Amino acid sequence: MMKPQIDLGKCDGCGLCIGVCTRHNLVLVDGVVAFVEVIECDWCTICEAVCPRGAISCPFDIVILE
Amino acid sequence: MASKAEFLKSVPYFSPMSPAELEQIGSLFFEKRCQRDEIILLEEELAEALYIVVSGVVKIFKTSADGKEQILAIIRPGESFNEVPMFDGGLNPASAQAMGQVLLYGLGKDELDYVLKNYPQLASRVIKVMAGRMRHLVLLVEDLSFRQVIGRVARILLENAGDGAGPSPQLTQRDMAAMAGTVREVVSRSLKTLEEEGAIKMDRHRIIILDKKILQKIVGPFFETKVTDRG
Ligand code: SF4
Ligand code: SF4
Repeated sequence: MMKPQIDLGKCDGCGLCIGVCTRHNLVLVDGVVAFVEVIECDWCTICEAVCPRGAISCPFDIVILE
Repeated sequence: MASKAEFLKSVPYFSPMSPAELEQIGSLFFEKRCQRDEIILLEEELAEALYIVVSGVVKIFKTSADGKEQILAIIRPGESFNEVPMFDGGLNPASAQAMGQVLLYGLGKDELDYVLKNYPQLASRVIKVMAGRMRHLVLLVEDLSFRQVIGRVARILLENAGDGAGPSPQLTQRDMAAMAGTVREVVSRSLKTLEEEGAIKMDRHRIIILDKKILQKIVGPFFETKVTDRG
């Protein structure tokens, strides 16, 4: 299962990503964000877009199928 | 929740003000709570207030005639939006929508006029914030209007593609924006356009290159052989 990558050193627990995730997959644990998949993450990347600290990322695999 | 005055102290507009001044200014704001996806402002409607985000995130966007949405800005706690129509008396230039639960402080036109008249030192802060916003929008317009950026995104995809067998390179939209010298909003739009043109398919965490030739054509004549040679 792919999940957004969290950089615990950068996350300050502001909670913005938690509030925007439509699938409720992000929670605060010990003052930093953690991913717990409630509904399958659809890689909408909204959490990445709103994080002011660049602490959560949704990297894409780029593949050529030929 | 901190009092209005305490919160306003953390907002760049108001940070140099004294506690007494903040108390007074704070009393002029009204509170507005919004649920996820609630539309706060509609483009081309009469503007009622300037808003400051207290908690949550608001997206500012425009919708094109064919229904495509372009995000112009993401407004986070402590940041404001909808200044423009409050100052020029025009309609809302863009729409605003709550991206989750949002708490806003709003300042109506009369209250804003009162604040600026009585605290003229605020004007220079407002100008600074609006100048920064203008810079962001100019970059956005430039990058959305010319095809170079989509070409740069197409090139990034070609140069970083794996064959699906071994581990392939991974890039976030933020990485691609940095590599293409643009902002994330433009990368996101470029990927959508490339998908519509049949060049790629967004499949959850994968960007699948369906037609390398379309991408190469978009990159243009300056496409280096080292990429065309691959695969
Ligand atoms: S928005 Fe960023 S800094 Fe805030 S909780 Fe989420 S990952 Fe952490
Ligand atoms: S990518 Fe979307 S669904 Fe997945 S965790 Fe982030 S906000 Fe939630």
